[in-house]
Amino acid sequence: MALDIITYILIAIGCFFNILAVVGLLRFPDVYTRLHAGTKCTTFGSIFLILAVVIQSINVWVTEGIISSPQSVLTIHALIALVAILLTNPTSAHAMSRAAHRSGVKPAKAVTDDLEKEKT
Amino acid sequence: MISFLATTVFVFLIYLVLTTASGDLFLWSREELIIGAVFSIILGAITRNMFFKRNLRMLNPKRWFLFFVYVVGPFFWGMAKANIDVAYRVITGRINPGIVKISPKLKTDLGITMLANSITLTPGTLSVDIDEKTNDLYVHWINVKKEALEKMPRDYKYVCGKFPDWVRRVAE
Repeated sequence: MALDIITYILIAIGCFFNILAVVGLLRFPDVYTRLHAGTKCTTFGSIFLILAVVIQSINVWVTEGIISSPQSVLTIHALIALVAILLTNPTSAHAMSRAAHRSGVKPAKAVTDDLEKEKT
Repeated sequence: MISFLATTVFVFLIYLVLTTASGDLFLWSREELIIGAVFSIILGAITRNMFFKRNLRMLNPKRWFLFFVYVVGPFFWGMAKANIDVAYRVITGRINPGIVKISPKLKTDLGITMLANSITLTPGTLSVDIDEKTNDLYVHWINVKKEALEKMPRDYKYVCGKFPDWVRRVAE
């Protein structure tokens, strides 16, 4: 029962961060700041959602007293998905921002742009 | 030879984790074990020189332990703190962005990859480009602090804290 409540709280936190990513996409002015919101809030949200999956399968183990194989497989695959997200998300963000800067998109409202200065 | 063996074992372990609970021979079925072993040997032969560039430094278990400590300790803490900061900025819209150059003085490809990914995963900073000769990173920073702009290249302790020191300990 307590594990159920923890699961709900974790899902709520995960959804909150994912919604923040959407709000950030709408509010921020240019591609770089949007990448901040769109890639990283989703990573943090996914961590909490996957933690919820893990806690829920622990809950099944505790209440039913068996280590049922579908639950364990689901947990392991969720953790692998988390590792994949943690590896690919920053890589794709890096690729997109680099491509944007190479094709001449300037950061909006920038205080400083060292990359632009170095190139000229 | 050692790099071939290490690559094969690593690939086989990933395969085993992905196919857990497929049978009753220690959780795996016999067919999965055989086909997994065949594919890992083929992959180990093909990719050993990509997986280990020049040396076998990362086989040392002390480095794996340090990497684990780094991920659950300072990295996760920095990520949580910075996420709340970005959440605040998303809601209020107070941003002060800019691209700064930092010079972490890392030598290996693995080290600079780890640092760039850590910087990108902690919200508020996003690695945009890299100078491949000197391994300087260009980081898009959502809230540029005034004291960081005083010298060139910028002091990395404002951008990413102690991450470069940890990465140097793990990867170099």
